[in-house]
Amino acid sequence: MAAKVLTVTSGKGGVGKTTITANLGAALASHNQKVVCIDGDIGLRNLDVVLGLENRIVYDIVDVVEGRCKLRQAMIRDKRIEGLFLIPAAQTRDKTAVSPSDMVRICDELRPDYDWVIIDSPAGIERGFRNALAPADRVFVVTNPEVSAVRDADRIIGITEAEEKGPAQLIINRINPAMVERGDMISTIDIVELLAIELIGIIPEDSNVIVSTNRGLPIVLDGKSQAGQALQNIARRVMGENVPFLDLNDQGGFFKQIGKLFSSGGKNE
Amino acid sequence: MNPNIEIKGISEGLLATIGEGDWTEIRQALLELIQTQADFFKGADLTLNVGDHEIKAADLGKLRDQISENDVILRGLISKSPRTEENAKSLGLTTHFERPQPERSGKAFDTSVGGDEAIFVQRTLRSGNNIIYPGHVVVIGDVNPGAEIISGGNIIVWGRLRGTVHAGASGDETALVCALELAPTQLRIAETVSITPSSKKKPKPEVASLKDGQVIAEVWDIHKSKK
Ligand SMILES: Nc1ncnc2c1ncn2[C@@H]1O[C@H](COP(=O)(O)OP(=O)(O)O)[C@@H](O)[C@H]1O
Ligand SMILES: [Mg+2]
Repeated sequence: MAAKVLTVTSGKGGVGKTTITANLGAALASHNQKVVCIDGDIGLRNLDVVLGLENRIVYDIVDVVEGRCKLRQAMIRDKRIEGLFLIPAAQTRDKTAVSPSDMVRICDELRPDYDWVIIDSPAGIERGFRNALAPADRVFVVTNPEVSAVRDADRIIGITEAEEKGPAQLIINRINPAMVERGDMISTIDIVELLAIELIGIIPEDSNVIVSTNRGLPIVLDGKSQAGQALQNIARRVMGENVPFLDLNDQGGFFKQIGKLFSSGGKNE
Repeated sequence: MNPNIEIKGISEGLLATIGEGDWTEIRQALLELIQTQADFFKGADLTLNVGDHEIKAADLGKLRDQISENDVILRGLISKSPRTEENAKSLGLTTHFERPQPERSGKAFDTSVGGDEAIFVQRTLRSGNNIIYPGHVVVIGDVNPGAEIISGGNIIVWGRLRGTVHAGASGDETALVCALELAPTQLRIAETVSITPSSKKKPKPEVASLKDGQVIAEVWDIHKSKK
């Protein structure tokens, strides 16, 4: 095994990075993949909460970096989902406690034994983001159909390109089909046209996400929810499958257009 | 903008060509220009072409100091007056520029056409990217919202222009901005600012220029633009 490192990032906060990291991890693990999720948001950790593993934290990533424990000791194994592990962030430290080279070292130590390492990046373009970007093999940029989120995504994509971590792939989260239909939301096609990177997922707005977050149970385990399905599809695309995009009643044949835009030149690993 | 000062980009930095008129007034105007357009001039190497003006060594030294207070370095001085040139040399300023002469091709007429300094960029300019350049700027690709171009001359975008652009940033009111889709967040030519009204119509190539102190955008007309 030689794990690929996926970094989930966005620039703007609250767009769904943590939700996507947790669910991508759970979905990949449910396909018999060995997955480690790393919470890169030191000082504001919450990936553990979304995964429902908060009460099992003993050591965190700063303990690893500062030599208080071995890497394996800081890894929490998810008892419900075989093959899923979490390395939690420290709650009480700031982002400078970890450096980009620490992250590279930790990922390199994990690579031989796992299939995927997924890093949940903090918002912003500062140290925490640089830490999350440093070891990345692939970068997923998350945005919402909102002008400010798209603007930040563009900025992040630019930095990713400058750091030669690109081309990043795009996940658009919280699409509201009813609003799109009314023309009250920036359309997916406009976002893709502006950001000009490959689209790898579209996730609808879905109140089940909040319910599952509160329960600490990844929504991909809920086969009926649309968001869960969309996240499952992203996981399959990550593994190289060619999965068509969900039809979210988006009028105007958008998904056909997207299909045309991306069926050629899609980067599958 | 003082009509007696013309700024353009050259390979050595910026060239300010001084026209006729009262030297003390022009000198003052030059300093004001550098101050008001600090964004543009900051860090630049400046060469003055003073033409016939006679400038004393002490005055020149003082001017150099005043210019350097704005983070601009006076590197060279071109003058028609041998005395002024001597004064410039004594201050260590470059007074001659090697201009590569176009090779004579043996033809009866020189058919080559000169041009101005420009920078060519082939990529998408994303939010947070910027280009600051004394000459013209040519981009093949989109200029996204949040990206910025500041040019001493014209700005040509072969793509969608949605970011912020400032053409003629050193005061050139004849500067143009062209784009296949002209929808900038903000567009400035010399000192004049305009904001594009959002429109839903099908984009067409457009040219923006200053007419009677206002920025006007016109659809690119192949027939009209032939001069
Ligand atoms: N597709 C979705 N539908 C509804 N709510 C969502 C969706 N994605 C995320 N959320 C909610 O948005 C909030 C922010 O999500 P989170 O993953 O913490 O974002 P980030 O990690 O980018 O700050 C959370 O309350 C989450 O439950
Ligand atoms: Mg988060």
